Amino acid sequence: MRRRAVNAGLVGVLMFAAACHHKQPPIARPTPPPVEEPATASARPPAPAPPVDRPVTVPDEPRLSDDSVASASLDDLNRNSPLKPAFFELDSSDINATAKAALDEDAAVLKRYPTWAVTIEGHCDERGSAEYNLALGERRAVAAKSYLVSVGISADRLKTVSYGKEFPFDPGHEEAAWLKNRRAHFVVTAK
Amino acid sequence: MMCKKFLGTCAIAGALAISAIASQQPASPPPQTPSQPSDVTTTIGSERGAAIRYAVPDFIPLSTDRETVDAARTIGRVLWDDLNYEHEFAMIPRDVYASVPPSRSVDDINFDAWRELNADGVVIGTVQKTDTGVRVQVRLFDIKQRRSVSAVGNEYSGSIANPRIFAHTISDDIFKTQRALVGVARTKLVFASDRDEERLAGTVEKRSAKELYVSDYDGENQRRVTTGFYLNNFPEWSPDGHTIAYTTWRTGPMQIAVQNPYGTTPLQMITKNGEGQNFLPAWSPDGTRIAFESTRDGNGEIYVANADGSHAVRLTRTPWNEGAPTWSPNGQQIAYTSDRTGNAQTQIWIMDKDGLDPHQLTHESSADRPTWSPPPFNEIAYSASNGPGHDIRIIDLNTREVRSLTNGEGDNESAAFAPNGRHIAFTSSRAGKNQIFTINRMGQDLKQLTKTGLNERPNWSPK
Repeated sequence: MRRRAVNAGLVGVLMFAAACHHKQPPIARPTPPPVEEPATASARPPAPAPPVDRPVTVPDEPRLSDDSVASASLDDLNRNSPLKPAFFELDSSDINATAKAALDEDAAVLKRYPTWAVTIEGHCDERGSAEYNLALGERRAVAAKSYLVSVGISADRLKTVSYGKEFPFDPGHEEAAWLKNRRAHFVVTAK
Repeated sequence: MMCKKFLGTCAIAGALAISAIASQQPASPPPQTPSQPSDVTTTIGSERGAAIRYAVPDFIPLSTDRETVDAARTIGRVLWDDLNYEHEFAMIPRDVYASVPPSRSVDDINFDAWRELNADGVVIGTVQKTDTGVRVQVRLFDIKQRRSVSAVGNEYSGSIANPRIFAHTISDDIFKTQRALVGVARTKLVFASDRDEERLAGTVEKRSAKELYVSDYDGENQRRVTTGFYLNNFPEWSPDGHTIAYTTWRTGPMQIAVQNPYGTTPLQMITKNGEGQNFLPAWSPDGTRIAFESTRDGNGEIYVANADGSHAVRLTRTPWNEGAPTWSPNGQQIAYTSDRTGNAQTQIWIMDKDGLDPHQLTHESSADRPTWSPPPFNEIAYSASNGPGHDIRIIDLNTREVRSLTNGEGDNESAAFAPNGRHIAFTSSRAGKNQIFTINRMGQDLKQLTKTGLNERPNWSPK
């Protein structure tokens, strides 16, 4: 493969790559000079791309790590939380297969961001009595915590609280609402 | 009425609310003046054992200013309601009093005209403004005997700010002397409410804080007692009526706080973070100890600590969940919930105060939140699952008979007895959102006390 040293700015490279994208046989004629892009700060006017007669593969730049999660504020983080809730059956604090899958993903996130501390909130649907649900919500939060600890998350990072049926996520009075309200819900409290 | 009062008070800060409560506590009635010679200490009866018929006309204002006129009218009407509340008397409706020539003083009464209405007892009162407040003079007349009886203090004085409290005091005195009954007209309810729609701190979810409020027994005079954008719930008055213990989430997990709503004593946290979740406090009858539910050793178990939280002792030791304790009136036993019978359902159990001799009391599909009646009754009220929701039921501990106070009208939970055992306050969703209701122990006289926002988990002050 022939590689040319291209002493050009970013715009020139992109235009060149775009030109190469066409399937037609390359025509050996000069590319018109690019229109100057005022938005490109401190960029010199790109030199015209030299004529080519074969497509050139442009290697990707090394990708910056995705820091949109790490850089988000706590509020933004909790608004679009990367930590998924674990849902429960009626009157149960058992971690079923679906809850386990969610918690496995959560464990991966917590391992990726090892400084995060989270509170696990236990919630219940409205069918149990208020007092019973205080204890049930706690069992759900603790069950989620225990599972995360069992897959390697430090218990020091995980606090639990029960909200019983005090704060339903869905105020409805049918199963569709109830199943949303039976959950262990994650709140990131420190990064 | 109630709502207007609420709107007037809801906006003020908690500190103000607390001081307002303190200042609205009326001065104690003056010591009873010596009985007049014509008074006879006796009880008013009825003919042939029929219901004793009472009449309470509006009190007589001794001046024409608006405040005095309004107070006189309020006291008479509230007293009528207070006396009606216990069903000890057949209250003669006010709209038939027009046939009776109005009294002009406490000693001016037309016995014959009241006799025409078949009245057995008539309360006549006057209201007079003084330099420091108001003076209320009262006589209870035995119509058939044509004399006054010393059933009440002859004179009450205090602030005119809340005339209702005069009626409540007179009512309690009449029940005490005429029926040997502890009235509840001066008692209060404490409950949790989200009515101020304050956003709970520390979460992105739109959650309203719940704070504690107190009201008179009839739902009037609702005032806020806690502040801080927290979740506070499940309050219980101390036996002396001075402090309230409740479950608070203010430090994160559930912990137990003790607070004096009338004074300036700082709030005291009697359980600490790091010792599990601690919730549902219940005062011992002598006020020295608090039983509560805690997960400090794993699953939910019952503990008892001194009222300041020290020396917590674990009472139950099971692999199951025990919680929601309530003391027997003599302090010797504790009723509570346990799920040891399985199926993730709780039943009510009773054990000795040291945790020994547990035995099962209820056999419902599920039962929660027991509350033990005061004497002379020996009953436990609880919320029983009825499928979609709960009903308030009462089990008589002598006969083990169970009766339902509610029958599927919405979700009915978290019962609390009035200090005379004759009434129950509870949470019901029958009108939409949770609201506070009262009902008598036989399931009659349902009254809705709250309307604004969501209101729940009432507890009745012991005095």
